[in-house]
Amino acid sequence: MELLIASAVGILSAAGIYLVLRKRTFPVILGMSLLSYAVNIFLFSTGRLMTGAPPILNKYQDMAYTDPLPQALVLTAIVISFGMTAVIVMVALAAYLSSRDDRIDMIHDQTTGGDSQ
Amino acid sequence: MSLFLIAALPFLGAFFPGLLIRAGRDTSAASAGLASFLTFVGLMLHAPAILRGETVQARVDWLPQLGLSVNFYLDGLGFLFATLILGIGLLVILYARFYLSRSDPMGNFYTYLLLFQGAMVGIVTSDNILMLLIFWELTSLSSFLLIGFWKHLPEGRQGARMALTVTGMGGLSMIAGMLILGQIAGSYDISVILQNKDAIQSSELYFPALLLILIGAFTKSAQFPFHFWLPHAMAAPTPVSSYLHSATMVKAGIFLMARLWPVLSGTPEWFYIVTTTGLITMLIGAVIALFKDDLKALLAFSTVSHLGLITMLLGLGTKAAAVAAVFHILNHATFKAALFMTAGIVDHEAHTRDIRRLGGLRHLMPLSFTIALVAGLSMAGIPPFNGFISKEMMLEAAIHSSWMGNPYIIPGLATLAAVFSVAYSLRFIGHTFMGPKRTDYVGTPHDPPAGLWLSPAILTILVVVIGLFSGPIASPLVQAAADAVTGSHPKVYLKLWHGLNSALYMSIAAVVGGTIILAMFTPVSKLWTRAGVPPAKSIFDAITGVVIAGSRFIADRLHDGSITRYAAIMISFTIVISLIAFQGGDMAGPTRELQDTGLLTIVGWVCLVAATLGIVVMHQQRFYALILIGIVGLMVSLGFNYLSAPDLALTQISVEVVTIVLMLLALNFLPKDMPSETSLTTRLRDITIAISGGLGIGALIYALLLRDFTAPSISEFHLANSYKGGGGTNVVNVILVDFRGFDTFGEIIVLGIAALVIYALTEAVLKSNASAYLLNRKPYQQQAGDAHPGMMVVVTRVMMPVALMLAAYIFFRGHNLPGGGFIAGLIAAIALIMQYMASGFGWASERQPFAYHGTIGWGVLIAAATGLGAWFNNVPFLTSDFGYFKLPFLEEFELATAALFDVGVFLAVVGAVLLALKSLARFAWQPGIQSEHAIDINPARDDADMNKKEG
Repeated sequence: MELLIASAVGILSAAGIYLVLRKRTFPVILGMSLLSYAVNIFLFSTGRLMTGAPPILNKYQDMAYTDPLPQALVLTAIVISFGMTAVIVMVALAAYLSSRDDRIDMIHDQTTGGDSQ
Repeated sequence: MSLFLIAALPFLGAFFPGLLIRAGRDTSAASAGLASFLTFVGLMLHAPAILRGETVQARVDWLPQLGLSVNFYLDGLGFLFATLILGIGLLVILYARFYLSRSDPMGNFYTYLLLFQGAMVGIVTSDNILMLLIFWELTSLSSFLLIGFWKHLPEGRQGARMALTVTGMGGLSMIAGMLILGQIAGSYDISVILQNKDAIQSSELYFPALLLILIGAFTKSAQFPFHFWLPHAMAAPTPVSSYLHSATMVKAGIFLMARLWPVLSGTPEWFYIVTTTGLITMLIGAVIALFKDDLKALLAFSTVSHLGLITMLLGLGTKAAAVAAVFHILNHATFKAALFMTAGIVDHEAHTRDIRRLGGLRHLMPLSFTIALVAGLSMAGIPPFNGFISKEMMLEAAIHSSWMGNPYIIPGLATLAAVFSVAYSLRFIGHTFMGPKRTDYVGTPHDPPAGLWLSPAILTILVVVIGLFSGPIASPLVQAAADAVTGSHPKVYLKLWHGLNSALYMSIAAVVGGTIILAMFTPVSKLWTRAGVPPAKSIFDAITGVVIAGSRFIADRLHDGSITRYAAIMISFTIVISLIAFQGGDMAGPTRELQDTGLLTIVGWVCLVAATLGIVVMHQQRFYALILIGIVGLMVSLGFNYLSAPDLALTQISVEVVTIVLMLLALNFLPKDMPSETSLTTRLRDITIAISGGLGIGALIYALLLRDFTAPSISEFHLANSYKGGGGTNVVNVILVDFRGFDTFGEIIVLGIAALVIYALTEAVLKSNASAYLLNRKPYQQQAGDAHPGMMVVVTRVMMPVALMLAAYIFFRGHNLPGGGFIAGLIAAIALIMQYMASGFGWASERQPFAYHGTIGWGVLIAAATGLGAWFNNVPFLTSDFGYFKLPFLEEFELATAALFDVGVFLAVVGAVLLALKSLARFAWQPGIQSEHAIDINPARDDADMNKKEG
């Protein structure tokens, strides 16, 4: 299980990094979303992995609980990363609408064709 | 008056002159003067205690764990400086009122001046070196504003920039030095550092710290080779020159050396660096001053020379020299400020400061002449004025010191500097005021109104009084300051006549030599011009030019406008330093066993990995990529659920829905696919970076997962107290709304700000010319025949109450079972978004009575009010309270203030999500595309239409 989680985090990060290095806004947004997943799972996993032990206190019997603190942190992180994604999407959109170009590089003498006229 | 108030008053006062300038220049000047005066009075109230040898302290701890506290202390040294800063400040405020012309923005001037005054008072009263550094930088900034006060003059702007560059650079170096010093001493409190002489001087970091601090002090106090900025700062109005560049700011470096004298001095490093620098500066300044034709330039180089003198005295490291240094600080401030003001008066009345065009003014301006004569003779070191006494003490100290074993170098060079000092002082007096009356004056020079001569006159009286009665008048102050500098009780014995000793003979030699040089001024001056001294400004410009070109070269290589490139560099750099950090540490062996994995988990993993790789491969077909990222999100939330995090699973899945809707909306406007535009090499580079990054992160978390915590986690506390202290069994929710409520409070504010940013951007785009494009945009693909399919409309409308009910249910159970404000907010937002999607933007907006900005605002306010409510309960902000209640026919239930806080979270989340999505959706609005009625299920309308047709 640990191996699965670690490899998933690694693959998500690698894919995220690759997409962040693309030259158009949309893949960069996708890449940042993938990185957010990776970071959230990473943070969550620092509480170590447990199955069937949600941190919902049982009044009637003693039992093991998983670490609640990373969960609380990640919960807000998920919501905040939505806010971040929304802002980036909006910035990308505003940039595209005002320049009709969705490349993120500022080099103007380097013509790359594509759908930017 | 508390030291806090003394330090704060000039800053508070700085508001008034700038505002009150509308009520006239007198009011503005009076308000500045009042602020200075009150501070001065406050300071003087401490005088008896300070002169008794006590220190006054004021302290508030801010972050004591980091050594950050706001603490001031006032001892003799600080008191001497504060007296100079505030006393001369008052005189300068009076002088400037009459000096500045009607066209100068006087309000700005006084505001800058008071800012500067506050920063200086802060430096000399700070007990914490970090705070001192902030005040130090503030003096650099405010002096920049003051030097460049006449913005229309290029010299002013260039001089201001040069001063800021040099002193700012020194300030940076000093920050480093001070931090090292604080590290060695183990405290950032100066009073503690001063106790740790042995630890500091034996530390191997002593020398770097000393060097860095001295660079800071030398740049500020215009010591060679950093002296060149001071003459260029003379482009400032004269009140500034007389205040900053003679009496106060340039002494800040000296103050610092004096302040740290007990711990830094006494070593060979200190002696050779400080004494040699001081000696060279003293000599060079004096020589150059003689050949300057501009009155203010002459005075500026003379100031450089005198600052060198004080530095040299501090460098000698003996107590007698320290006493002489302290006394000369006082004396120099009095006579030099008076001389600058006199130069300003001459400039004001004769309309030139060029000595070659002046002369004979004593007949026209007898009062100014008297002032210049007394102050100038004091500068030359002629008895019975105060400059004489401290110069004698300096020469006396010089005689008793040897440089590299040679006992003649220091006294010899000091005497030589004194020779030139006499020469330029006499030139200042002689070539300006003496000699025959000229015929080519611009206008008719005459003594200025009282407002201008009063300030220098007061200073001149001090020059005479301190000279004649140095024992009774100055001794107590000098004693207190010298005690503070040396950290002991040296014998301060000030008197005019010390008998016939070597120092007196050296003085006499200096006067004779100076007079001879001045008598031969014309040939000597020609010689000087022929020798040619490299102009400092061109050297400075060349150096800054090289630095700028160099940094531009590096920046252009790294930052060529390609954001992709920055990202690649940043990520690679992060990977490399992480690797280095990882190599440097030790890792214990694994302490945890690998856990077994079921088949379902592997299936989920395969889905996740396949979808992720699919996104990478297909990211050019954007719709497919979007579908795939939905799968990733789904797998992540299933994973959370499997790994005992039901709250996270619920949050992730609902966020997933709104994110996909958001991205779909955005894709509506963005290009749907994109060309391949990167070369194979670039792609290989990116793949390499990505794989190394992924491997690194994966390996790190894998290593982490196989090891237990090295220290007990605070989670135990949360698990143990969640029910007892927070009244809830869902520990995650209790952490969010109770234990870490302040964090959550910040987070909903951030979320709200993000939504408002999106709203503002939308407004900006819609107001720009992009809106024309949006209105005339052709759909990218054939649009669906029915924009609002009837089935979807009906289903979403039926589902809405159910979905809201679910949100309410999730909300209320949140404290004890998975759920809570965040999740409920997302579900409610989705319920509303469905209406927008199914029935159309126009239809849904019409039925939406509240603006979402307001919803966010109410959310934050309710959360804040809940937090504030805790104060009425006499507990800190956001402390929750709860109780159990029983109503007839119902089970016992619980009411917690945390639930009210959660309402705030709920509202903020609903508002933020909907505001963001609604803003984006507004781009889509085009005239005519929205059906007027989202779905025609209103029989009444059908009847009306029918009637219309028939009629």
